[in-house]
Amino acid sequence: MSDAVDLFSQQQANRSRSHWLIAGFVIFFAWLGFGGDIILLEMSRGEAAGTRWDIPFLGIALTTYALATVIWASRAGSRAILGSTGATELTAPGTDQERMLVNVVEEMAIAAGLPRPSIWTIPDPDPNAFATGRDENTAAIAVTQGLLEVCTRDELQGVIAHELAHIKNYDARLMTLLAAMVGAITVVSDYMHRILFHRGSGRALGAVVPRKKKGGGGVLLIVLLVLWVISWILAPAISRMLALGVSRKREFLADAMSAQFTRNPMALATALEKIERSHEPTRSIRRGAAHLCIADPLGRRVNLKEGWLADLWGTHPPMAMRVARLRGMAFQEQKRAQREAGALAQPA
Amino acid sequence: MGLLVLLVAIGAVAFWVMTAYNGLISLKNQVANGWKQIDVQLKRRHDLIPNLVDTVKGAMQFERETLEAVIAARNQAITVERGGAGVAATAQAESQLSAALGRLFAVVEAYPQLKATGNVAQLQEELTSTENRIAFARQHYNDVATQYNTRQQQFPTNMVAGLARATPAELWEITDAAERAVPKVDLSMRPNVRT
Repeated sequence: MSDAVDLFSQQQANRSRSHWLIAGFVIFFAWLGFGGDIILLEMSRGEAAGTRWDIPFLGIALTTYALATVIWASRAGSRAILGSTGATELTAPGTDQERMLVNVVEEMAIAAGLPRPSIWTIPDPDPNAFATGRDENTAAIAVTQGLLEVCTRDELQGVIAHELAHIKNYDARLMTLLAAMVGAITVVSDYMHRILFHRGSGRALGAVVPRKKKGGGGVLLIVLLVLWVISWILAPAISRMLALGVSRKREFLADAMSAQFTRNPMALATALEKIERSHEPTRSIRRGAAHLCIADPLGRRVNLKEGWLADLWGTHPPMAMRVARLRGMAFQEQKRAQREAGALAQPA
Repeated sequence: MGLLVLLVAIGAVAFWVMTAYNGLISLKNQVANGWKQIDVQLKRRHDLIPNLVDTVKGAMQFERETLEAVIAARNQAITVERGGAGVAATAQAESQLSAALGRLFAVVEAYPQLKATGNVAQLQEELTSTENRIAFARQHYNDVATQYNTRQQQFPTNMVAGLARATPAELWEITDAAERAVPKVDLSMRPNVRT
Protein backbone atom coordinates (compact mmCIF):
# COMPACT_ATOMS: atom_id res chain seq x y z
CA MET A 1 0.00 0.00 0.00
CA SER A 2 2.68 2.47 0.99
CA ASP A 3 4.60 1.42 -2.14
CA ALA A 4 1.65 2.38 -4.26
CA VAL A 5 1.28 5.74 -2.57
CA ASP A 6 5.00 6.39 -2.99
CA LEU A 7 4.75 5.48 -6.64
CA PHE A 8 1.82 7.77 -7.23
CA SER A 9 3.47 10.70 -5.51
CA GLN A 10 6.66 9.94 -7.42
CA GLN A 11 4.78 10.12 -10.71
CA GLN A 12 3.14 13.38 -9.68
CA ALA A 13 6.44 14.83 -8.54
CA ASN A 14 8.13 13.88 -11.79
CA ARG A 15 5.32 15.33 -13.85
CA SER A 16 5.49 18.69 -12.11
CA ARG A 17 9.29 18.51 -12.14
CA SER A 18 9.15 18.13 -15.91
CA HIS A 19 6.92 21.19 -16.18
CA TRP A 20 9.17 23.27 -13.91
CA LEU A 21 12.18 22.14 -15.85
CA ILE A 22 10.63 23.22 -19.14
CA ALA A 23 9.52 26.56 -17.68
CA GLY A 24 12.94 27.18 -16.14
CA PHE A 25 14.69 26.28 -19.36
CA VAL A 26 12.59 28.65 -21.47
CA ILE A 27 12.84 31.47 -18.92
CA PHE A 28 16.60 31.03 -18.71
CA PHE A 29 16.94 31.28 -22.48
CA ALA A 30 14.63 34.31 -22.52
CA TRP A 31 16.89 35.97 -19.92
CA LEU A 32 19.99 35.16 -21.94
CA GLY A 33 18.34 36.67 -25.01
CA PHE A 34 16.36 39.66 -23.76
CA GLY A 35 19.02 40.48 -21.15
CA GLY A 36 21.50 40.84 -23.99
CA ASP A 37 19.02 42.95 -25.91
CA ILE A 38 18.58 45.37 -22.98
CA ILE A 39 22.35 45.69 -22.61
CA LEU A 40 22.76 46.35 -26.32
CA LEU A 41 19.92 48.87 -26.30
CA GLU A 42 21.43 50.74 -23.33
CA MET A 43 24.79 50.81 -25.03
CA SER A 44 23.45 52.16 -28.28
CA ARG A 45 21.02 54.63 -26.71
CA GLY A 46 22.67 57.78 -27.97
CA GLU A 47 23.02 56.56 -31.49
CA ALA A 48 20.88 57.18 -34.54
CA ALA A 49 17.72 55.20 -35.17
CA GLY A 50 19.45 53.12 -37.83
CA THR A 51 22.21 51.70 -35.62
CA ARG A 52 20.22 51.59 -32.38
CA TRP A 53 19.36 48.13 -31.05
CA ASP A 54 15.58 48.66 -31.15
CA ILE A 55 14.35 45.21 -32.03
CA PRO A 56 15.24 42.44 -29.52
CA PHE A 57 16.69 40.03 -32.06
CA LEU A 58 18.64 38.01 -29.47
CA GLY A 59 15.65 37.48 -27.20
CA ILE A 60 13.35 36.43 -30.02
CA ALA A 61 15.94 34.09 -31.49
CA LEU A 62 16.93 32.39 -28.23
CA THR A 63 13.39 32.04 -26.90
CA THR A 64 12.27 30.53 -30.18
CA TYR A 65 15.26 28.21 -30.05
CA ALA A 66 14.36 27.11 -26.50
CA LEU A 67 10.71 26.49 -27.40
CA ALA A 68 11.72 24.59 -30.51
CA THR A 69 14.08 22.45 -28.44
CA VAL A 70 11.34 21.60 -25.95
CA ILE A 71 8.87 20.69 -28.70
CA TRP A 72 11.47 18.72 -30.58
CA ALA A 73 12.64 16.93 -27.41
CA SER A 74 9.17 15.77 -26.48
CA ARG A 75 8.33 14.75 -30.05
CA ALA A 76 11.54 13.23 -31.32
CA GLY A 77 13.97 13.27 -28.40
CA SER A 78 13.80 9.55 -27.71
CA ARG A 79 14.38 8.70 -31.37
CA ALA A 80 17.39 11.01 -31.43
CA ILE A 81 18.91 9.35 -28.37
CA LEU A 82 18.29 5.89 -29.78
CA GLY A 83 19.81 7.00 -33.07
CA SER A 84 22.92 8.39 -31.38
CA THR A 85 23.62 5.00 -29.76
CA GLY A 86 23.25 3.13 -33.06
CA ALA A 87 20.27 1.15 -31.78
CA THR A 88 18.01 -0.70 -34.20
CA GLU A 89 14.44 -1.61 -33.47
CA LEU A 90 13.72 -5.28 -32.96
CA THR A 91 10.53 -5.96 -34.89
CA ALA A 92 10.97 -9.51 -36.13
CA PRO A 93 13.00 -11.55 -33.62
CA GLY A 94 15.22 -14.00 -35.49
CA THR A 95 17.42 -15.75 -32.94
CA ASP A 96 16.38 -17.57 -29.76
CA GLN A 97 18.00 -14.78 -27.74
CA GLU A 98 15.90 -12.11 -29.41
CA ARG A 99 12.75 -14.15 -29.04
CA MET A 100 13.49 -14.48 -25.34
CA LEU A 101 14.08 -10.71 -25.05
CA VAL A 102 10.74 -9.95 -26.67
CA ASN A 103 8.99 -12.44 -24.41
CA VAL A 104 10.67 -11.05 -21.28
CA VAL A 105 9.72 -7.46 -22.16
CA GLU A 106 6.18 -8.61 -22.83
CA GLU A 107 6.03 -10.41 -19.46
CA MET A 108 7.43 -7.52 -17.46
CA ALA A 109 5.14 -5.01 -19.17
CA ILE A 110 2.27 -7.15 -17.92
CA ALA A 111 3.74 -7.23 -14.42
CA ALA A 112 4.13 -3.45 -14.45
CA GLY A 113 0.69 -2.92 -15.96
CA LEU A 114 2.11 -0.95 -18.91
CA PRO A 115 1.66 -1.31 -22.67
CA ARG A 116 4.61 -3.07 -24.28
CA PRO A 117 7.35 -0.56 -25.14
CA SER A 118 9.24 -0.80 -28.41
CA ILE A 119 12.41 -2.87 -28.11
CA TRP A 120 15.80 -1.79 -29.46
CA THR A 121 19.15 -3.54 -29.52
CA ILE A 122 22.56 -1.87 -29.55
CA PRO A 123 25.47 -3.74 -31.15
CA ASP A 124 27.89 -3.25 -28.26
CA PRO A 125 29.65 -6.03 -26.32
CA ASP A 126 29.37 -4.20 -22.98
CA PRO A 127 26.21 -5.03 -20.98
CA ASN A 128 23.97 -2.00 -20.43
CA ALA A 129 20.37 -0.87 -20.92
CA PHE A 130 18.25 2.28 -20.88
CA ALA A 131 14.69 3.46 -21.34
CA THR A 132 13.45 6.61 -23.03
CA GLY A 133 10.21 8.10 -24.34
CA ARG A 134 7.64 10.82 -23.71
CA ASP A 135 5.04 8.60 -22.04
CA GLU A 136 4.18 4.95 -21.66
CA ASN A 137 2.73 4.74 -25.19
CA THR A 138 5.85 6.02 -26.93
CA ALA A 139 8.34 4.42 -24.56
CA ALA A 140 11.32 2.48 -25.83
CA ILE A 141 13.73 0.11 -24.10
CA ALA A 142 17.21 -0.41 -25.51
CA VAL A 143 19.60 -3.16 -24.45
CA THR A 144 23.11 -3.91 -25.68
CA GLN A 145 24.04 -7.20 -27.30
CA GLY A 146 26.42 -7.74 -24.37
CA LEU A 147 23.53 -7.74 -21.90
CA LEU A 148 21.79 -10.50 -23.83
CA GLU A 149 25.04 -12.50 -23.81
CA VAL A 150 25.78 -12.36 -20.08
CA CYS A 151 22.31 -12.45 -18.49
CA THR A 152 20.15 -15.45 -17.74
CA ARG A 153 16.42 -15.25 -18.38
CA ASP A 154 15.73 -14.26 -14.75
CA GLU A 155 18.44 -11.61 -14.69
CA LEU A 156 17.16 -10.13 -17.93
CA GLN A 157 13.73 -9.93 -16.30
CA GLY A 158 15.22 -7.93 -13.43
CA VAL A 159 16.96 -5.45 -15.75
CA ILE A 160 13.92 -5.00 -17.99
CA ALA A 161 11.70 -4.50 -14.93
CA HIS A 162 14.10 -1.78 -13.73
CA GLU A 163 13.75 0.03 -17.07
CA LEU A 164 9.96 -0.34 -17.02
CA ALA A 165 9.97 1.22 -13.55
CA HIS A 166 11.69 4.29 -15.05
CA ILE A 167 8.94 4.46 -17.67
CA LYS A 168 6.20 4.06 -15.08
CA ASN A 169 7.72 6.78 -12.86
CA TYR A 170 8.01 9.18 -15.79
CA ASP A 171 11.76 9.17 -15.14
CA ALA A 172 12.32 8.31 -18.78
CA ARG A 173 10.55 11.46 -19.92
CA LEU A 174 12.36 13.73 -17.48
CA MET A 175 15.70 12.21 -18.42
CA THR A 176 15.04 12.52 -22.15
CA LEU A 177 14.03 16.18 -21.75
CA LEU A 178 17.14 16.83 -19.68
CA ALA A 179 19.37 15.22 -22.26
CA ALA A 180 17.94 17.45 -24.99
CA MET A 181 18.26 20.60 -22.85
CA VAL A 182 21.83 19.89 -21.85
CA GLY A 183 22.59 19.44 -25.52
CA ALA A 184 20.86 22.69 -26.50
CA ILE A 185 22.65 24.72 -23.82
CA THR A 186 26.00 23.25 -24.76
CA VAL A 187 25.53 24.17 -28.41
CA VAL A 188 24.43 27.75 -27.69
CA SER A 189 27.06 28.44 -25.05
CA ASP A 190 29.84 27.09 -27.26
CA TYR A 191 28.69 29.46 -29.96
CA MET A 192 28.43 32.38 -27.54
CA HIS A 193 31.87 31.72 -26.07
CA ARG A 194 33.29 31.95 -29.54
CA ILE A 195 31.62 35.35 -30.08
CA LEU A 196 32.32 36.80 -26.61
CA PHE A 197 35.95 35.79 -26.38
CA HIS A 198 36.79 36.21 -30.01
CA ARG A 199 39.31 39.00 -30.45
CA GLY A 200 37.22 41.22 -32.71
CA SER A 201 33.99 41.12 -30.75
CA GLY A 202 35.80 41.38 -27.43
CA ARG A 203 37.36 44.64 -28.52
CA ALA A 204 33.97 45.95 -29.62
CA LEU A 205 32.45 45.07 -26.26
CA GLY A 206 35.39 46.54 -24.37
CA ALA A 207 35.17 49.76 -26.34
CA VAL A 208 31.48 50.15 -25.66
CA VAL A 209 31.32 49.51 -21.92
CA PRO A 210 33.68 52.16 -20.52
CA ARG A 211 32.22 54.83 -22.77
CA LYS A 212 28.74 54.30 -21.45
CA LYS A 213 29.86 54.21 -17.80
CA LYS A 214 29.66 57.98 -17.76
CA GLY A 215 25.99 58.03 -18.68
CA GLY A 216 23.06 57.70 -16.26
CA GLY A 217 22.20 54.18 -15.04
CA GLY A 218 25.75 53.08 -15.82
CA VAL A 219 26.12 51.07 -12.58
CA LEU A 220 22.92 49.21 -13.28
CA LEU A 221 24.15 48.44 -16.75
CA ILE A 222 27.44 47.06 -15.41
CA VAL A 223 25.62 44.84 -12.89
CA LEU A 224 23.33 43.59 -15.62
CA LEU A 225 26.26 42.93 -17.90
CA VAL A 226 28.19 41.03 -15.22
CA LEU A 227 25.14 38.89 -14.35
CA TRP A 228 24.53 38.19 -17.99
CA VAL A 229 28.10 37.11 -18.72
CA ILE A 230 28.17 34.94 -15.58
CA SER A 231 24.93 33.26 -16.69
CA TRP A 232 26.53 32.41 -20.00
CA ILE A 233 29.64 31.00 -18.37
CA LEU A 234 27.81 28.94 -15.77
CA ALA A 235 24.97 27.66 -18.00
CA PRO A 236 26.65 24.46 -19.21
CA ALA A 237 27.86 23.52 -15.73
CA ILE A 238 24.45 24.15 -14.12
CA SER A 239 22.59 22.16 -16.76
CA ARG A 240 25.00 19.26 -16.41
CA MET A 241 24.63 19.31 -12.64
CA LEU A 242 20.83 19.22 -13.00
CA ALA A 243 21.02 16.16 -15.21
CA LEU A 244 23.40 14.42 -12.86
CA GLY A 245 21.81 15.22 -9.51
CA VAL A 246 18.31 14.37 -10.62
CA SER A 247 19.06 10.79 -11.53
CA ARG A 248 20.87 9.32 -8.55
CA LYS A 249 18.01 8.76 -6.16
CA ARG A 250 15.70 7.29 -8.75
CA GLU A 251 18.02 4.39 -9.48
CA PHE A 252 17.29 3.05 -5.99
CA LEU A 253 13.56 3.46 -6.49
CA ALA A 254 13.67 1.72 -9.87
CA ASP A 255 15.63 -1.16 -8.31
CA ALA A 256 13.00 -1.53 -5.60
CA MET A 257 10.19 -1.46 -8.15
CA SER A 258 11.98 -4.04 -10.27
CA ALA A 259 12.00 -6.31 -7.23
CA GLN A 260 8.30 -5.61 -6.75
CA PHE A 261 7.51 -6.57 -10.36
CA THR A 262 9.64 -9.72 -10.56
CA ARG A 263 9.36 -10.72 -6.88
CA ASN A 264 12.94 -11.80 -7.36
CA PRO A 265 15.43 -9.18 -6.11
CA MET A 266 18.35 -11.62 -6.29
CA ALA A 267 18.10 -11.80 -10.09
CA LEU A 268 18.63 -8.05 -10.48
CA ALA A 269 21.41 -8.14 -7.87
CA THR A 270 23.38 -10.75 -9.82
CA ALA A 271 22.65 -8.97 -13.10
CA LEU A 272 24.05 -5.72 -11.66
CA GLU A 273 27.13 -7.56 -10.46
CA LYS A 274 27.67 -8.99 -13.93
CA ILE A 275 27.24 -5.55 -15.51
CA GLU A 276 29.67 -4.09 -12.98
CA ARG A 277 32.24 -6.81 -13.57
CA SER A 278 32.64 -5.93 -17.23
CA HIS A 279 35.01 -3.00 -16.85
CA GLU A 280 34.78 -1.83 -20.45
CA PRO A 281 32.93 1.43 -20.89
CA THR A 282 29.92 1.19 -23.18
CA ARG A 283 31.43 2.93 -26.20
CA SER A 284 28.29 3.42 -28.22
CA ILE A 285 26.55 5.42 -25.46
CA ARG A 286 27.90 8.94 -25.24
CA ARG A 287 28.00 11.45 -22.43
CA GLY A 288 24.65 13.01 -23.32
CA ALA A 289 22.69 9.84 -22.65
CA ALA A 290 24.78 8.52 -19.73
CA HIS A 291 22.26 9.43 -17.04
CA LEU A 292 19.60 7.29 -18.71
CA CYS A 293 21.46 3.99 -18.36
CA ILE A 294 21.10 1.27 -15.73
CA ALA A 295 24.84 1.47 -15.05
CA ASP A 296 27.16 4.38 -15.84
CA PRO A 297 28.39 3.68 -19.38
CA LEU A 298 31.47 5.84 -18.88
CA GLY A 299 32.68 4.01 -15.77
CA ARG A 300 33.40 7.23 -13.90
CA ARG A 301 35.09 7.14 -10.51
CA VAL A 302 32.69 9.51 -8.81
CA ASN A 303 29.91 6.94 -9.02
CA LEU A 304 31.72 4.73 -6.53
CA LYS A 305 31.52 7.36 -3.82
CA GLU A 306 28.98 8.63 -1.32
CA GLY A 307 28.43 12.05 0.19
CA TRP A 308 27.09 15.34 -1.12
CA LEU A 309 29.83 15.95 -3.66
CA ALA A 310 29.25 12.56 -5.26
CA ASP A 311 25.51 13.19 -5.07
CA LEU A 312 26.06 16.39 -7.02
CA TRP A 313 28.30 15.00 -9.74
CA GLY A 314 27.49 11.30 -9.88
CA THR A 315 24.79 9.92 -12.15
CA HIS A 316 24.47 6.57 -10.42
CA PRO A 317 24.67 5.37 -6.81
CA PRO A 318 27.56 3.05 -5.97
CA MET A 319 26.86 -0.38 -7.43
CA ALA A 320 27.86 -2.13 -4.20
CA MET A 321 25.17 -0.22 -2.32
CA ARG A 322 22.50 -1.11 -4.87
CA VAL A 323 23.42 -4.78 -4.75
CA ALA A 324 23.48 -4.74 -0.95
CA ARG A 325 19.96 -3.27 -0.81
CA LEU A 326 18.63 -5.87 -3.25
CA ARG A 327 20.25 -8.67 -1.28
CA GLY A 328 18.59 -7.30 1.83
CA MET A 329 15.22 -7.46 0.08
CA ALA A 330 15.89 -11.03 -1.03
CA PHE A 331 16.79 -12.02 2.51
CA GLN A 332 13.60 -10.49 3.92
CA GLU A 333 11.57 -12.29 1.26
CA GLN A 334 13.20 -15.61 2.07
CA LYS A 335 12.63 -15.21 5.79
CA ARG A 336 8.97 -14.37 5.21
CA ALA A 337 8.50 -17.35 2.87
CA GLN A 338 10.09 -19.68 5.38
CA ARG A 339 7.89 -18.38 8.17
CA GLU A 340 4.82 -18.90 5.98
CA ALA A 341 5.90 -22.38 4.97
CA GLY A 342 6.42 -23.14 8.64
CA ALA A 343 2.94 -21.83 9.48
CA LEU A 344 1.45 -24.00 6.74
CA ALA A 345 3.32 -27.08 7.89
CA GLN A 346 2.39 -26.69 11.56
CA PRO A 347 -1.33 -27.62 11.47
CA ALA A 348 -0.77 -30.56 9.12
CA MET B 1 -14.54 37.15 7.28
CA GLY B 2 -16.45 34.23 8.78
CA LEU B 3 -18.24 33.70 5.50
CA LEU B 4 -14.93 33.62 3.67
CA VAL B 5 -13.54 30.95 6.01
CA LEU B 6 -16.71 28.91 5.55
CA LEU B 7 -16.47 29.15 1.77
CA VAL B 8 -12.82 28.13 1.80
CA ALA B 9 -13.64 25.18 4.05
CA ILE B 10 -16.48 24.05 1.78
CA GLY B 11 -14.22 24.43 -1.24
CA ALA B 12 -11.50 22.34 0.40
CA VAL B 13 -13.94 19.57 1.31
CA ALA B 14 -15.41 19.55 -2.20
CA PHE B 15 -11.92 19.34 -3.66
CA TRP B 16 -11.03 16.45 -1.38
CA VAL B 17 -14.23 14.57 -2.29
CA MET B 18 -13.41 15.04 -5.96
CA THR B 19 -9.85 13.71 -5.66
CA ALA B 20 -10.87 10.78 -3.47
CA TYR B 21 -13.70 9.88 -5.87
CA ASN B 22 -11.47 10.13 -8.93
CA GLY B 23 -8.80 8.07 -7.22
CA LEU B 24 -11.29 5.28 -6.52
CA ILE B 25 -12.67 5.33 -10.06
CA SER B 26 -9.18 5.21 -11.52
CA LEU B 27 -8.32 2.20 -9.35
CA LYS B 28 -11.60 0.52 -10.25
CA ASN B 29 -10.75 0.81 -13.93
CA GLN B 30 -7.26 -0.47 -13.30
CA VAL B 31 -8.72 -3.53 -11.59
CA ALA B 32 -11.05 -4.18 -14.55
CA ASN B 33 -8.16 -3.71 -16.95
CA GLY B 34 -5.97 -6.05 -14.90
CA TRP B 35 -8.62 -8.72 -15.14
CA LYS B 36 -8.86 -8.25 -18.90
CA GLN B 37 -5.09 -8.71 -19.16
CA ILE B 38 -5.32 -12.07 -17.39
CA ASP B 39 -8.05 -13.05 -19.83
CA VAL B 40 -5.88 -12.20 -22.83
CA GLN B 41 -3.02 -14.32 -21.50
CA LEU B 42 -5.26 -17.26 -20.62
CA LYS B 43 -6.64 -17.24 -24.15
CA ARG B 44 -3.09 -17.20 -25.51
CA ARG B 45 -2.27 -20.29 -23.47
CA HIS B 46 -5.42 -22.07 -24.65
CA ASP B 47 -4.48 -21.33 -28.26
CA LEU B 48 -0.93 -22.57 -27.84
CA ILE B 49 -1.83 -25.95 -26.36
CA PRO B 50 -3.21 -27.69 -29.51
CA ASN B 51 0.06 -26.72 -31.23
CA LEU B 52 2.12 -28.25 -28.47
CA VAL B 53 0.07 -31.41 -28.36
CA ASP B 54 0.37 -31.87 -32.14
CA THR B 55 4.12 -31.46 -32.01
CA VAL B 56 4.79 -33.98 -29.27
CA LYS B 57 2.01 -36.46 -30.08
CA GLY B 58 4.03 -38.58 -32.50
CA ALA B 59 7.00 -39.08 -30.23
CA MET B 60 4.98 -39.77 -27.10
CA GLN B 61 2.93 -42.80 -27.96
CA PHE B 62 3.27 -44.14 -24.45
CA GLU B 63 2.14 -41.00 -22.69
CA ARG B 64 -1.41 -40.81 -23.98
CA GLU B 65 -2.81 -40.19 -20.53
CA THR B 66 -0.67 -37.14 -19.86
CA LEU B 67 -1.59 -35.59 -23.19
CA GLU B 68 -5.27 -36.33 -22.74
CA ALA B 69 -5.21 -34.78 -19.28
CA VAL B 70 -3.81 -31.57 -20.76
CA ILE B 71 -6.47 -31.46 -23.50
CA ALA B 72 -9.26 -32.21 -21.03
CA ALA B 73 -8.05 -29.53 -18.62
CA ARG B 74 -7.82 -27.00 -21.44
CA ASN B 75 -11.33 -27.72 -22.69
CA GLN B 76 -12.65 -27.60 -19.15
CA ALA B 77 -11.03 -24.21 -18.59
CA ILE B 78 -12.50 -22.84 -21.82
CA THR B 79 -15.98 -24.03 -20.93
CA VAL B 80 -15.78 -22.54 -17.45
CA GLU B 81 -14.62 -19.16 -18.73
CA ARG B 82 -17.09 -19.04 -21.59
CA GLY B 83 -19.87 -19.47 -19.03
CA GLY B 84 -18.75 -16.19 -17.49
CA ALA B 85 -17.54 -17.73 -14.25
CA GLY B 86 -16.17 -15.62 -11.41
CA VAL B 87 -12.61 -15.22 -10.28
CA ALA B 88 -12.62 -18.28 -8.02
CA ALA B 89 -13.97 -20.75 -10.62
CA THR B 90 -11.58 -19.48 -13.30
CA ALA B 91 -8.66 -19.74 -10.91
CA GLN B 92 -9.66 -23.32 -10.05
CA ALA B 93 -9.90 -24.44 -13.70
CA GLU B 94 -6.66 -22.72 -14.68
CA SER B 95 -4.68 -24.23 -11.83
CA GLN B 96 -5.83 -27.68 -13.02
CA LEU B 97 -4.50 -26.83 -16.46
CA SER B 98 -1.22 -25.57 -14.99
CA ALA B 99 -0.78 -28.83 -13.12
CA ALA B 100 -1.47 -30.94 -16.23
CA LEU B 101 1.00 -28.86 -18.27
CA GLY B 102 3.59 -29.22 -15.54
CA ARG B 103 3.30 -33.01 -15.71
CA LEU B 104 3.62 -32.89 -19.51
CA PHE B 105 6.82 -30.85 -19.26
CA ALA B 106 8.24 -33.31 -16.76
CA VAL B 107 7.54 -36.11 -19.24
CA VAL B 108 9.06 -34.18 -22.16
CA GLU B 109 12.28 -33.92 -20.14
CA ALA B 110 12.52 -37.70 -20.35
CA TYR B 111 12.57 -37.65 -24.17
CA PRO B 112 15.89 -36.04 -25.16
CA GLN B 113 15.32 -36.62 -28.88
CA LEU B 114 12.05 -34.70 -28.61
CA LYS B 115 13.67 -31.76 -26.84
CA ALA B 116 16.42 -31.69 -29.47
CA THR B 117 14.05 -30.68 -32.27
CA GLY B 118 13.96 -26.91 -32.60
CA ASN B 119 10.21 -26.77 -32.81
CA VAL B 120 9.70 -28.18 -29.33
CA ALA B 121 12.37 -25.93 -27.82
CA GLN B 122 10.65 -22.89 -29.32
CA LEU B 123 7.24 -24.04 -28.17
CA GLN B 124 8.64 -24.59 -24.71
CA GLU B 125 9.99 -21.02 -24.61
CA GLU B 126 6.60 -19.77 -25.73
CA LEU B 127 4.81 -21.77 -23.07
CA THR B 128 7.29 -20.76 -20.37
CA SER B 129 6.67 -17.16 -21.34
CA THR B 130 2.92 -17.70 -21.32
CA GLU B 131 3.05 -19.24 -17.86
CA ASN B 132 5.09 -16.24 -16.72
CA ARG B 133 2.69 -13.82 -18.32
CA ILE B 134 -0.25 -15.43 -16.57
CA ALA B 135 1.60 -15.34 -13.29
CA PHE B 136 2.57 -11.68 -13.73
CA ALA B 137 -0.88 -10.68 -14.93
CA ARG B 138 -2.30 -12.38 -11.84
CA GLN B 139 0.24 -10.64 -9.63
CA HIS B 140 -0.57 -7.27 -11.15
CA TYR B 141 -4.30 -7.89 -10.80
CA ASN B 142 -3.92 -8.91 -7.16
CA ASP B 143 -1.70 -5.90 -6.41
CA VAL B 144 -4.14 -3.43 -7.93
CA ALA B 145 -7.18 -5.16 -6.44
CA THR B 146 -5.59 -5.12 -2.97
CA GLN B 147 -4.79 -1.45 -3.34
CA TYR B 148 -8.38 -0.79 -4.46
CA ASN B 149 -9.84 -2.79 -1.58
CA THR B 150 -7.63 -1.10 0.99
CA ARG B 151 -8.35 2.36 -0.34
CA GLN B 152 -12.11 1.95 -0.24
CA GLN B 153 -12.05 0.61 3.32
CA GLN B 154 -9.64 3.16 4.76
CA PHE B 155 -10.85 6.23 6.60
CA PRO B 156 -11.67 8.82 5.31
CA THR B 157 -11.90 7.50 1.74
CA ASN B 158 -14.52 4.95 2.81
CA MET B 159 -17.05 7.80 3.08
CA VAL B 160 -16.80 8.34 -0.67
CA ALA B 161 -16.80 4.61 -1.50
CA GLY B 162 -20.59 4.45 -1.74
CA LEU B 163 -20.64 7.44 -4.06
CA ALA B 164 -18.12 5.77 -6.40
CA ARG B 165 -20.05 2.45 -6.18
CA ALA B 166 -16.87 0.76 -4.98
CA THR B 167 -17.19 -2.83 -3.84
CA PRO B 168 -14.26 -5.05 -2.82
CA ALA B 169 -12.67 -6.83 -5.79
CA GLU B 170 -12.16 -10.57 -5.52
CA LEU B 171 -8.51 -11.64 -5.38
CA TRP B 172 -7.15 -14.47 -7.51
CA GLU B 173 -6.27 -16.94 -4.77
CA ILE B 174 -3.81 -19.69 -5.51
CA THR B 175 -5.95 -22.74 -4.80
CA ASP B 176 -3.36 -25.37 -5.58
CA ALA B 177 -1.45 -26.15 -2.41
CA ALA B 178 1.56 -27.39 -4.40
CA GLU B 179 1.85 -24.02 -6.10
CA ARG B 180 1.72 -22.12 -2.86
CA ALA B 181 4.18 -24.19 -0.89
CA VAL B 182 7.70 -22.79 -0.96
CA PRO B 183 10.46 -25.38 -1.00
CA LYS B 184 12.44 -25.23 2.21
CA VAL B 185 16.06 -24.29 1.74
CA ASP B 186 18.66 -25.62 4.14
CA LEU B 187 21.26 -22.93 4.68
CA SER B 188 23.17 -24.69 7.45
CA MET B 189 25.64 -26.27 4.99
CA ARG B 190 25.93 -29.32 7.24
CA PRO B 191 25.97 -32.82 5.80
CA ASN B 192 22.63 -34.46 6.46
CA VAL B 193 23.59 -37.05 9.02
CA ARG B 194 20.31 -37.81 10.70
CA THR B 195 18.23 -38.85 7.69
